Amino acid sequence: MLSLIVFLPLAAALVLGSAPRLGDTVARWAWVVVAAVDLALVLGAWARYSTPEPGGLALEVKARWIPGVDSSYHVGVDGLSLPLVAMTAVIFLACAVYGLREQDRPRLQAALFLFLQSVSLGLFVSADLILFFVFFDLAIVGMYFVIAGWGHENSARSALKFFLYTFLGSLALLAGFIGLYVAASPHTFDMVELTRAMPLSGRPVAGGLVLAAILLGLAVKTPTVPFHTWLPPAHTDAPAVGSAVLAAVLLKMGTYGFIRIAMPMLPAAWRSWAWAIVVVGVVSVVYAALVALAQTNLKRMVAYTSVNHMGYIVLAVGVAGLVAGDTAQARSIAVTGAVTQMVSHGLVTGALFLLAGVLHDRAGTYEMGAYGGLAGPAPRLATLFAVGSFASLGLPGLSGFIAEFQIFTGSIAAAPVTAVALVGILITAGLFLMALQRIFTGETAGASVGFPDLHWTESSSVGALLLLSLAIGVLPRFLLDVIEPAARTAVVLVGR
Amino acid sequence: MQMRPLLMLPEMLLFVGGLVALLGGSFLARDRQWVTRVVAVLALVGSIVASVFALAGDPTTAFEGTFAVDTGTGVARIVAAAGTLLVLALAGDELAGTARESETYALLLFSTTGTLVLAGAQDLIVLMTGFLLASIPLYALIGLARGPRGAEAAMKAYLMGALFGIVLMLGVTILYAVSGSTLYPDLAATLADAPPAAVGAGLLGVLAGLLFEAGGVPAHFWVPDAAQGSSGTVAAFLTTVPKIGALVGIYRLALAMPDTVAWPLLVALLAIASMTLGNLAAYAQQDPRRLLGWSTVSQVGFLLVPVAVAGRASLALPSLLLYLAGYTVTNIAAFAVTCALPRRRELAAYRGLSRERPWLALALAVALLGLVGTPPTAVFVGKLTTATAAWDGGMAWLAVAVLVNTLVSLFYYLRWIAPAFSSVDRGQDAEARAGQAATEVALRWSARTAQGAALLSIALGLSAGLIWQAID
Repeated sequence: MLSLIVFLPLAAALVLGSAPRLGDTVARWAWVVVAAVDLALVLGAWARYSTPEPGGLALEVKARWIPGVDSSYHVGVDGLSLPLVAMTAVIFLACAVYGLREQDRPRLQAALFLFLQSVSLGLFVSADLILFFVFFDLAIVGMYFVIAGWGHENSARSALKFFLYTFLGSLALLAGFIGLYVAASPHTFDMVELTRAMPLSGRPVAGGLVLAAILLGLAVKTPTVPFHTWLPPAHTDAPAVGSAVLAAVLLKMGTYGFIRIAMPMLPAAWRSWAWAIVVVGVVSVVYAALVALAQTNLKRMVAYTSVNHMGYIVLAVGVAGLVAGDTAQARSIAVTGAVTQMVSHGLVTGALFLLAGVLHDRAGTYEMGAYGGLAGPAPRLATLFAVGSFASLGLPGLSGFIAEFQIFTGSIAAAPVTAVALVGILITAGLFLMALQRIFTGETAGASVGFPDLHWTESSSVGALLLLSLAIGVLPRFLLDVIEPAARTAVVLVGR
Repeated sequence: MQMRPLLMLPEMLLFVGGLVALLGGSFLARDRQWVTRVVAVLALVGSIVASVFALAGDPTTAFEGTFAVDTGTGVARIVAAAGTLLVLALAGDELAGTARESETYALLLFSTTGTLVLAGAQDLIVLMTGFLLASIPLYALIGLARGPRGAEAAMKAYLMGALFGIVLMLGVTILYAVSGSTLYPDLAATLADAPPAAVGAGLLGVLAGLLFEAGGVPAHFWVPDAAQGSSGTVAAFLTTVPKIGALVGIYRLALAMPDTVAWPLLVALLAIASMTLGNLAAYAQQDPRRLLGWSTVSQVGFLLVPVAVAGRASLALPSLLLYLAGYTVTNIAAFAVTCALPRRRELAAYRGLSRERPWLALALAVALLGLVGTPPTAVFVGKLTTATAAWDGGMAWLAVAVLVNTLVSLFYYLRWIAPAFSSVDRGQDAEARAGQAATEVALRWSARTAQGAALLSIALGLSAGLIWQAID
């Protein structure tokens, strides 16, 4: 089942890529159909999913791959990965619908995004470190070609920076993985077995070094301050669908790695360094919010709020390692919040980047100062952008609130000092309101004059994402019931 | 201990095939020279089949213990012959109907035979024979490209080869002097009691000779010139096939060395020097073949990593063989792209390739990213397992050096990929190039070879488990 979900888009990508005579319209719709079928399959998997025993996986498949280093094709899902798998399928479907209006080589673009969908889904279901790494690296390669091939302005430069920077992260990650492999006895790359065995638990120095390598790799990918500098240029020059996938899906690979790999496999080292991780999280939250506040380019601003939102997740997973007394309940709430935030940020920021793409498509600029009074000519755009902004800043009733509320409840209960990160929410609220005001209110002027409102492809793709955010905000149980058992397990695992 | 010459059937097939091609070529008209290509292909295929049967049998030795027939030799035979086959496919464009066609095939087969002798040699004298048989045809092959660059490259390779050949013989002499034998098993038994300084000097000499064949630091100077100055077919061959024999040869030599000399450290330092120097020198190159030439120098560094932990990590030999196989197809794929577009001798000339020839551009991307070690290509599995072997063998710093150098190498491969896939084509250049593209025909054999080899490198990576069972 999972293998079908993962490889169906890849198969479609190969067909699309090797059929040069296929018409553009057929290619665009083929992408939508495949993404929709894949989403249906994911929903089927969700229906068949039942919470596995702690430390185990549901819908598991294991096949030999490279027996010499005990690496296997091992996939499975649990409460941490299933929501991300579903979110990934949703985002790619939204991008497919949005891409119906693409004019520049739509067939190749569809093939490339289907390839990216396969590797993203594959990463979230991987239960083997090498398999995880393969998908991690391929996602970088795929995104490089998206930015270099369909980006604008300085896209070649931004793509290069993105590739080199995140490749550095992936190699650090690989070094950490090899360290885990060599330390485990018997040697293995299997995630489930490594979690059970906890290699390096009695060796603080080696454990710290391996954790440092893995954290460096994940921190570049997430990204957290100070490794975030590749993100704003990559986002600014990427096409709209590329930005949406980059922010919604690829960034989650970093934060997911924290919870899936670093925490349960190196619990002792994680606990020793928990405070450092918390500090990085808080700094990311506050610093990125301040930098976002200073941006005049809408896409850069949203990019920095991504760093800010990732900061909340890093903060929460750091707090999970502050094992003391009776805070297990609070820490599991924080981890639940972190996973919810991954899903919520994916939906909301994906929507915001697609909307930013509309601005560039119509007027060729992301500068907020170039617009004014845009709500007049484009009311649908204004409405959806306002909803997206409110979801992003954490207004109750939308998914961002559920996530951030849980993160702060858990974190402040376990470590009251983390309340300083609340400043971040305040600043984000301010900057989104200012952006709304600058672009949409006042006299219709500048690039806003004669601005065509959203096409149905745009409003339906963005609208669906925001509706889901609303659904999570109002009726979160369907999501939280899946995440909570896994979050409790994660907290138990890090406390060993 | 017996002669058992049949155990060397794969080598004999190649050598006889070379002789037939050479002699037959002199009796054939210019437009019938393709017959010698068929002869060469048959010899290579026959050699591969014979090697597969030999690989299935138990490890043994031929010619009174001087030539090992085991997993290392078996895989080297198959990979080297398959690599030469791919090179012959490139020759279909470049050499068909030229004056030196049959001679080139003969020399390719002779050199391949030499590299196989190097791979299986368990005796210093046999090793020397292998060195000469592998390198002398190389000088001629490089010189076949007429022109100032070809002449310079041939001269450089010949002088370097002569120098390092003498150094190799000197090393052999010293090792023989202190041990009284040239057989590796005897060396392993007696060298531990010999004076370490003499053993070290002898090892250095033999190692230097083999590094010339492999094209690694400090004997690498001829490689970039040869890659740039010789024909594409020869460039693909000389940066790929000789390395197979040389590195398996170095591996065998390392196993015979005693603990009294710090050979693991020496090999590790040579590995780091090779990968770093190759990478740094590749940065500024504008000619794609010269860039690839330097990149092969750095690849030798990566290939030396498992040798440094030979005998101390169970992964060492399988990872070396896997890396060699992956490197062979991936490197030939990259050279094949340059052969398919012989008029593009600058990186900038590849601008817009993805629009004009998407499949060739894809093959280029797979080959170059494969050389970086991007999954799921075969070189990724090779790099992963060699780094793991190094860490497992107690050299974690060497594994880190591998990863750091991998990152460094990405930069110059991207310098080639980026123009090929750039989205914007600017102004007049675009028109000029469009005109050029219209008249330019990608050479068919080379383009097919590039795509096939790129596909093969992915397939090898995905099926690494199956291969692993065969070579473990």
